[in-house]
Order: sequence, then C-alpha cells, then structure tokens
Amino acid sequence: MTTKDKYKKVAYYPGCALEGTGHAYNRSTKAVGKKLGLDLVEVENWNCCGAMEVKNVDPKLQTYLSSRVMSVAANEMNMDVVMAPCNGCYHNLKKAEYDLKNDAESAEVVDGLSKKAGHKTYESGQVETIHALDWIKDAIGEDGLAERVKNSLSGIKVANYYGCMYTRPRHIFPEKDAGPGSESTSKPHFMDDLLAAAGAENVEFPLKTACCGGAHTLSDSDTSTKLVLNILQAAKLAGADVIATECPTCHTGLEMHQIRAEKTLGEKVDIKVLYFTQLLGMALGLKPKKVGVHENISDSMQFLKEKGLT
Amino acid sequence: MRPLVDIETGIAAVSAEPDLQGALDELLQLSEEVIEHWIVARGDVPTRGKREGFRLLALHRQGATGDPSFNACRETCREIVYHYNMLKMQPDPAETTHRLEMMKMISSHLYLFISGKMQVAELGDFCCSSKPIRLAPDVAPEITKEV
Repeated sequence: MTTKDKYKKVAYYPGCALEGTGHAYNRSTKAVGKKLGLDLVEVENWNCCGAMEVKNVDPKLQTYLSSRVMSVAANEMNMDVVMAPCNGCYHNLKKAEYDLKNDAESAEVVDGLSKKAGHKTYESGQVETIHALDWIKDAIGEDGLAERVKNSLSGIKVANYYGCMYTRPRHIFPEKDAGPGSESTSKPHFMDDLLAAAGAENVEFPLKTACCGGAHTLSDSDTSTKLVLNILQAAKLAGADVIATECPTCHTGLEMHQIRAEKTLGEKVDIKVLYFTQLLGMALGLKPKKVGVHENISDSMQFLKEKGLT
Repeated sequence: MRPLVDIETGIAAVSAEPDLQGALDELLQLSEEVIEHWIVARGDVPTRGKREGFRLLALHRQGATGDPSFNACRETCREIVYHYNMLKMQPDPAETTHRLEMMKMISSHLYLFISGKMQVAELGDFCCSSKPIRLAPDVAPEITKEV
C-alpha cells in the first residue's frame, strides 16, 4: 500500500488542546479532511499525551500515557496510522515511540502500567504517528490540492510559523531530513508547500521554528509577551499579512500575547493569526465559520472579506 | 561580557550608519555574549573556538551540551549567522536596512529566549522535558516506581 493510500484513513488523536483553546483547529482539520475525502476516525476513549506537566515530573509515565493512545489505535481499532495535529501530542507520541524502541526500562514500565490498566501493551512500530501536515501533504499533495482550490489564497502573504516541537529533538523524527520530499528539521517547509499550492505567497521568515514562550506563559508572562511580540514584528517586517500556525499552543500564545503586548507594552502589531487548516479550508471553498474563524481570539473577518474568502 | 540588560539595549541601538561592518560585528558580539551568560551561569568557561567560522555556533554547541532543550535556539543562532553573511557577502543597499532590522530581531529573540530560560530554568523545557525538576531527589516519580 502506498503512503498516499495509507493516509486516506487514519486514527485521529485531537488531544486536550483541540477540545479547548484550539477548538478552531479541531473544527478546521475535520472540515478540511472531509472536503478532501480523507477519513478521520477518532481514537476511542483517548487520554492526555502527558503534555509537559506529566513529562516534567515523571517522563516514563508520559511515555505510558502516549503509548496507551497508540495501543488503542493499534490493538482496539486496528489502525496503523495515528494523526495528531497538535505539536505537543505529535512530539510526545513520537518520543514515546522512540523511548519504547530504544530504552528497555521505559518498555518495562509501560508494560507494567498497561497490564495494571488492563489493556494490551503497545509495541514499538505498531503504528506510525504523523502530523496534520504530513497527512495532507502525503495523502493529497500539492498538485492534488491545487486542483481542488476554489478560492485562491493569491494576494495573501503568509509567514509560516512551526514552533519548536514539530522538529525537535531531531532524533525522535527519523523520517525527517531523509532526502528529497522529506521534511527538514532546520527549515521546515511542508506548511509553506501546502499554502503555496493554495495560492498563498510565503514570505521568508527567519523565526519559523523559534520559541513562542509557551513554557513561560504562566511563570513569566512578560517574557512570553516579548517573545511573541518579536515574532509578530519579525513576521510583519518580512511583509506578511498572516501568520499561519500548526500548533494550538503556539496559536493561542500568539493571539493572547498579541493582545497583551498592546495592553501592557503599548505595542500593536496588525497581523492576523490563522491555523493553516483554516486557510486551506477557505481555499477549498469552505466558509470562515465552517473552519472556526469565529472561534479565534483575533478578528480576521474584515481581512478575509477584503481577500474574497468570506 | 556586558550585563544582560545592557545587551538588550545594545541590540536595539545597533545601526547601519555610519559603519555597516561595525554594526554587524557588534550584533554578532552581543549575540555571543548572550550565550556566554548562559554558559557562565552553568559554571563553565565560554569557548574561544569557532564552528563553521563562527564563535556563536561554537558557543551554542557548548551551551547545548547536556541540555538538549537549548537546541530550541539552534536555528536562531544559524539565522543570525545567515543574515550576517548575507549583509557582508552580498551587500544590497536597497535591502541593507531591512536585513539589519531582521537580524536585530533575531538577536533579540536569542536574548529573550535565553534570559527567560535563565530566570525560570526549571520550567523552560516544554520541548525537551524539565531536567532540574526531574533530577531533584525529593520529587522522585512515585507512580512508575510502584510498577
């Protein structure tokens, strides 16, 4: 079976953020999948991936939590691909996969906890974890996407922001940096490729993998605000109208600290923040509400109207 | 090595006039000093060595040794070097101001990331897990120990 065929039906792991602050990402991912004829089957009774909280206190417990999601997909749903649109979930599932393959102690702990919880132990290699970018890029491709575009994103200048977890640490992403067609860990481009296929003009954006300050948000909000402000201003200086995102934590951070920068630092940056799935959805002919634009914190409606996307 | 607060204002003050090369060298030096702070805070001596012709890249590598989460600023360092090279090797008067402003923003990001990380070192590892907490003996994992 080719990768293209394999990705036509995948287990969908939205994760906690996509049911809360990142709901627009959840909505737009599902809507785009439906529009493209791709089948998403949500992982039954999924649990938290362990995020940063569990991982910080007990990394092996995080490995177990992520492994349970993959176990359900593999052993109870008979799926061989899990698609996680959230960078945190994606990263944690990939890390669990790596740990189970390379660390006998982790495998032992996961086996013990799985037995205690009463489900089959996940075995390394049972599923392939992919990101929403891999999913659309490999199942549809740029040409397939371009053929389906109804409202070109032409005239929209986009700074693609990937955040820090999509490519780091490199060793848990063996499929990246694997030659032509693969994603790059130093200069990721899958989002650029997809949005360009939908007609957008990508700007050269040097902070595409820079830290958004997500980890500092609660402990040191001022640092987060300054980091985000710098990203927004750099994107603006690069000529962008929009920052496209593919992570709910980054997206929420950019939106919230955009407002906070204005309130606390008096710095207003007129740039829109949209999920790449929202932009793709509108390019495919979906209305803004169908892709959850009304659920974003920042208001992009006037801008989208001017660009003929409403 | 200037105090961190002076580095922040120093980056903001860099100007292409009257001497672009001087401005580039100053920005590179300021970026190096940011990482020197990180290395010194961890009890090490900043290297004088270079990687790929740049001390900044050698310093980054030194700063990331034993702390993989520091790699979150790896590409930022490489972008500083890229912009330095572009401005030096392919000078374009029409683009100089724009490129230098962008280089300043990238250097600012390095400063913000590292100074923030130094303030909350125990929390700054979303991407690569928080070692200081994990390694503290009084908060050893309980749940997995039971297995």
